[in-house]
Amino acid sequence: MKRTIIQLKDVWKTYNLGEHKVHALRGASLEVFEGEFLAIKGPSGSGKSTMMNLVGCLDIPTKGTIHLDKHNISNLYESDLAQIRGKKIGFIFQKFNLLNNLSALENVTLPLIFQNIPIEKRKKLAADVLNDMGLKDRMNHKPTELSGGEQQRVAIARALAVNPEVILADEPTGNLDSRTGEKIMELLKQLNKKKKKTVVFVTHDDELAEQADRIAYLHDGQIIKTKRLR
Amino acid sequence: MNNQYYDYIIFALKSFKSRKLRTFLTMLGIFVGIAAVVSLVSLGQGLQKAITEQFESLGANKLMITPKGGFYGMGSSVVLDKDDLKVVKHARGIRNAGGFVSKVASVEFGDERKYTWVSGLPQDDSKEIISDISSFKIAEGRDLKKGDDYRVLAGSLIAKGDFFDKKVRVGDKIKVENKKFEIVGILEPIGNPQDDSSFIATLDSAVNLFGGKEKYATIMAAVVEGEEPSKVAESLKRTLRRHRGVDEGEEDFSIQTFEEVLDSFSSIFLIVQSVLIGIAGISLLVGGIGIMNTMYTSVFQRTNEIGTMKAIGARNSDILKIFLIESGFLGMVGGAVGILIGVIIGKAVEFGAAQSGLDIFKASFPWYLILGSLAFSFIVGSVAGVFPALQASKLKPIEALRYE
Repeated sequence: MKRTIIQLKDVWKTYNLGEHKVHALRGASLEVFEGEFLAIKGPSGSGKSTMMNLVGCLDIPTKGTIHLDKHNISNLYESDLAQIRGKKIGFIFQKFNLLNNLSALENVTLPLIFQNIPIEKRKKLAADVLNDMGLKDRMNHKPTELSGGEQQRVAIARALAVNPEVILADEPTGNLDSRTGEKIMELLKQLNKKKKKTVVFVTHDDELAEQADRIAYLHDGQIIKTKRLR
Repeated sequence: MNNQYYDYIIFALKSFKSRKLRTFLTMLGIFVGIAAVVSLVSLGQGLQKAITEQFESLGANKLMITPKGGFYGMGSSVVLDKDDLKVVKHARGIRNAGGFVSKVASVEFGDERKYTWVSGLPQDDSKEIISDISSFKIAEGRDLKKGDDYRVLAGSLIAKGDFFDKKVRVGDKIKVENKKFEIVGILEPIGNPQDDSSFIATLDSAVNLFGGKEKYATIMAAVVEGEEPSKVAESLKRTLRRHRGVDEGEEDFSIQTFEEVLDSFSSIFLIVQSVLIGIAGISLLVGGIGIMNTMYTSVFQRTNEIGTMKAIGARNSDILKIFLIESGFLGMVGGAVGILIGVIIGKAVEFGAAQSGLDIFKASFPWYLILGSLAFSFIVGSVAGVFPALQASKLKPIEALRYE
């Protein structure tokens, strides 16, 4: 049996918007296995991003527990969360979220700086990952000088730089045309198959979700079912 | 140095590069303040140094006795006269003493009539004491000697033609207070326009001009070799008090050693410099507020970036460092440029002063002024950045990421 790497148990997340209380998650439970390629699919407003944020240690639940590996991350302080996500999680955003002042190489180096990796080592690590992403010739370009596909590949390189256990992608192809999107999906699949990374991505798109090993359906803040595809 | 800081400095410089105009405008506030501090302090220091050197070259064994109530005894109603001089000369610990008179008088050359300082210096054995202090040298012609009545020395500007329309030469005749005088010598430049456009006559002829009575502006006394000037000054004070019939604490004269003169100059300089630096400090404060404003704008504009950095593992302390270093460098780079401008201003003032005869103005740039300004501008920048940086570091990652 496969090892569980992420486990959500009866997770609630409630936002206080003035006098309203918005329940983004209402008792969601989910297990993610090591080495899995999982899609979380749901309509907008179903709580996908909230779930992503919680799994990615960007926020803590109002109620319930989340385990990442052996860590209970449900009630940690911000600085501890930062430590964990910096080591174990690689984020990929819909809008790439690269720092426009910095070159591709520097963007990829950034998470390594936060991990206090020595300067020579981090340069080599970052250059290696960019190389893997086929961006050898684009390392010193600024994000604004790169195409959307290239930018997302830089972002993937950045996510991989710290050699995390889990890659979390939030609508990774949402800002790309379909052909480029397919290439990015292909890249994620390879990361999963060849580098054995656990990849979790969020989408509202059926076709994209079908490419995963398993789909978890999120509806109104709850995982209503999961479907294994392969 | 932790290698993180190196990167954060690079990031800060890149961020300046990508926002050139805003960076420049923000730094402008620091330029002005630091340039003002550097130029003012350098000129003040230079001036103080020049004056100190001049005083020290005169020897510290002299006392200066002046009537109270006027600068150098000018414009005072109290009078020091021949009797006082005699008492000083014979007082304990005094080697010799001499007095000089100094007044503004009308001088005529050709059909031109002007007013300037005319001094009368003794030509007896006390001459050296006075001329040491006045530190003039003869450039042309000869010095005055005993019995040189109605002969004068003219300052360098008078000979250059900067005082009267025509140049005055050795041998020319002028009228002082309607009495004819002959120019026998021209002085070398002393370094300030007032001294360099004045006349020097013998004490006797000056006394005749100014009403026949010797009313000394200042009496200079040389202390016997080996005596402590301040102790001699104390005993002289008692002697003069008795002679003039005044009580202790109500003296109508003052006795200063050169050390005291120097001290009083220093304290005046200190006050003037403090005021000027205070003003420059206000402009630095404004500069700091400018940096704070820019940093707040920057935090606001980069909220999404901050969220991203947090998502990829930045701790609050990392974000704090990034923003503090950025604002510190905003101050420091501004300071560096300000120092450069300050040095240029200082040198320009020095040059301009030299052109108009004020050789005494020398800008001096000690290392502590340069390094201190640099450090101070970095601190101004960092302090100004504290609140914006704290705000940035405390942003919640998900809220920052959601921010467009």
